Amino acid sequence: MTSLVVAEHDNASIRGATLNTVTAAAQCGGEVHVLVAGYNAAEAARQAAQIAGVAKVIHAEGEHFAHGLAENVAAQVLAIAGNYSHILFPATASGKNIAPRVAAKLDVGQISDVTKVDSPDTFERPIYAGNAIAIVQSLDEKKVITVRTTGFDPAAATGGSASIETATAVPDSGKSKFEGNEIAKNDRPELTAAKIIVSGGRALGSAEKFNEVMTPLADKLGAALGASRAAVDAGYAPNDWQVGQTGKIVAPQLYIAAGISGAIQHLAGMKDSKVIVAINKDPEAPIFSVADYGLEADLFTAIPELVAAL
Amino acid sequence: MKVLVPVKRVVDFNVKVRVKSDNTGVDIANVKMSMNPFDEIAVEEAVRLKEKGVATEVIAVSCGVAQCQETLRTAMAIGADRAILVETTEELQPLSVAKLLKALVDKEQPGLVILGKQAIDDDCNQTGQMLAALCDLPQATFASKLEIADGRAKVTREVDGGLETVSISLPAIVTTDLRLNEPRYVTLPNIMKAKKKQLEVFKPADLGVEIRPHLKTLKVMDPPKRSAGVKVPDVATLVAKLKNEAKVI
Repeated sequence: MTSLVVAEHDNASIRGATLNTVTAAAQCGGEVHVLVAGYNAAEAARQAAQIAGVAKVIHAEGEHFAHGLAENVAAQVLAIAGNYSHILFPATASGKNIAPRVAAKLDVGQISDVTKVDSPDTFERPIYAGNAIAIVQSLDEKKVITVRTTGFDPAAATGGSASIETATAVPDSGKSKFEGNEIAKNDRPELTAAKIIVSGGRALGSAEKFNEVMTPLADKLGAALGASRAAVDAGYAPNDWQVGQTGKIVAPQLYIAAGISGAIQHLAGMKDSKVIVAINKDPEAPIFSVADYGLEADLFTAIPELVAAL
Repeated sequence: MKVLVPVKRVVDFNVKVRVKSDNTGVDIANVKMSMNPFDEIAVEEAVRLKEKGVATEVIAVSCGVAQCQETLRTAMAIGADRAILVETTEELQPLSVAKLLKALVDKEQPGLVILGKQAIDDDCNQTGQMLAALCDLPQATFASKLEIADGRAKVTREVDGGLETVSISLPAIVTTDLRLNEPRYVTLPNIMKAKKKQLEVFKPADLGVEIRPHLKTLKVMDPPKRSAGVKVPDVATLVAKLKNEAKVI
């Protein structure tokens, strides 16, 4: 029994979600191997080899892997799938994009968003926006899994010394082409890996106000910025800041929700945070029902006060 | 170009489901059912493509119980031209749905299939990608913008760090994210019109597809409860609590 973790990386480095996925893979039993399919990705492969608990890294190199296109990466996974009992991806935009292609080609079901490994064939996963937890048993010989990173501690990024094996790259599918991206560059921690998140809702009223009020708080705390779906839909915050059932699932040490009422869909994305602070002027806001500390106040006065007090 | 739009009947997004006391599932008896919100966005996008003259026909498809006909009528009220129901009372998991849809893709030969990125009941986020794999077609998931030109689809995708644009050859599979469009409200005249549109019904066996579960649900439980904490009177108390009690700053 051996597990394969399909690494998420940017060719130069391994993304944090890969570490949590390695932990989940180790819990499935047996050895853990990591696939790095990339372009000029030797450094990412080297980093993968240092992850504690990884026995082998398989490095496939090709220009058509540069941007992680699902068609190409899935084909590469399938080329080596025969050796593995479990194939795991982080449940990120990239992992969710690729994993089902692999499962369908193997004619197996996929177990999405696993939060706990009960045994090599039995897993826990949230359904209905986290309002219920299902324990499911896979009836297939091979298990294709996406891992909800908040359910597993990250494996240590260093301390391992896996061998790196080169795999023959599958050819380009030729059907899909990467055209470009707009990835916001800033010094803030990644939303899904941040220790502290400050999140704003519709009450902010505009993109300008969102920036003016929330950014100083995030700067002061070294926090990542998040937003409710209402704030994103209204254009106050970019789409990749959305925390919730269909956005990012986060579980930081501290989550500060300002002007967020707390719809079920939002709570689904953040209720596993260690400490939740809610700042809202509506005493009936559902967010207070999950908050460790609730402050009934107008965020436009409370947040600047908070920034000054920190 | 034909556009195929699979739609799923799910518990309405406003309903807070309850876990059954015997832990076999969630209680959906007498609960309001609606079209999965992401699928509504998919139908809207397909109808807009027809209105722009890019698509010639929009076919809505649903797999499941007889009541899915209502969901298909809604899709036709938004503007789908006709509908197909693959009727079964068996539990349908994503791979089985993808196989049924593959059979319909073979039959109808659409240039584009637009699906919701995930259903809000099982939160699987699998069917579109599985269909793409079974059909050996390219995919663009989590779309926030879709343009069709010169036999290709240019799709802006919502990814973790921001947005990404891919160009895929047609036929192709696209799954929708929230920001792709805002679905129109269905009007009474369109609901009436939808009643007269064609709705074909097949059984999985008619399509040569065997429904087989790949996952067995052993138990469904309530999530760990998070209890409400305390209300603090002011910012100073909040900061003190975070520093001394919670020790998170």
